[in-house]
Amino acid sequence: MSAADVPTVKRPFFRRKKTCPFTGPYAPAIDWKDTKTLSRYISERGKIIPSRITAVSQKKQRELAKAIKRARFMGLLPYVQTETEQRPARPPRS
Amino acid sequence: MPTYETVFMTRQDLTEGQVKDLTDKYAKVITDQGGKILKTEQWGLRTLAYKINKARKANYTLVEFEAPGAAVIELERLMRIDEDVMRCLSLRLDAPTEGPSVMMEKNRDRDDDTTMKKEAA
Repeated sequence: MSAADVPTVKRPFFRRKKTCPFTGPYAPAIDWKDTKTLSRYISERGKIIPSRITAVSQKKQRELAKAIKRARFMGLLPYVQTETEQRPARPPRS
Repeated sequence: MPTYETVFMTRQDLTEGQVKDLTDKYAKVITDQGGKILKTEQWGLRTLAYKINKARKANYTLVEFEAPGAAVIELERLMRIDEDVMRCLSLRLDAPTEGPSVMMEKNRDRDDDTTMKKEAA
């Protein structure tokens, strides 16, 4: 299969390659005070989301992890968030 | 002299004036050690993500300054002693920041919310 065939062949599990959201000319700087941006990279439980899911580059992921940890220390982000204290309440399982 | 930023949290039962006095006190510590204050910000009373010292809220203050390293050590020492300061975090910055920090923008939004709630009440 040559490179020219690639777009014509239907691949069922094709995913567009995501790029790092913190790389590029208009990328936001990682700041531990910026809880709004940081909260997009923590799970509902408050855990840091792995870079393989968010597509953050290795270098930026290290920076991001440090920023999240700093924000946690200063009480801006939670270390753990249990289901009961989550802001948008999940619909109960029937 | 490198640039530093220090954010410290004070107990929630302090009044705004007391927080201001405390900020001035620490600003004086920095200037006495040969530093220069670049910026101070009051983030106001914020809800904490988790309880710290049994408190749910704390007053946040940011101070950005240029000072020799010894001043930062002295500042942190004094803050650790101070009962009114719950926690502090000092970081060296690569360059002085321009304009207010992200927190101030968000605070403005939040202040609007609270005033609206007050009006509604």
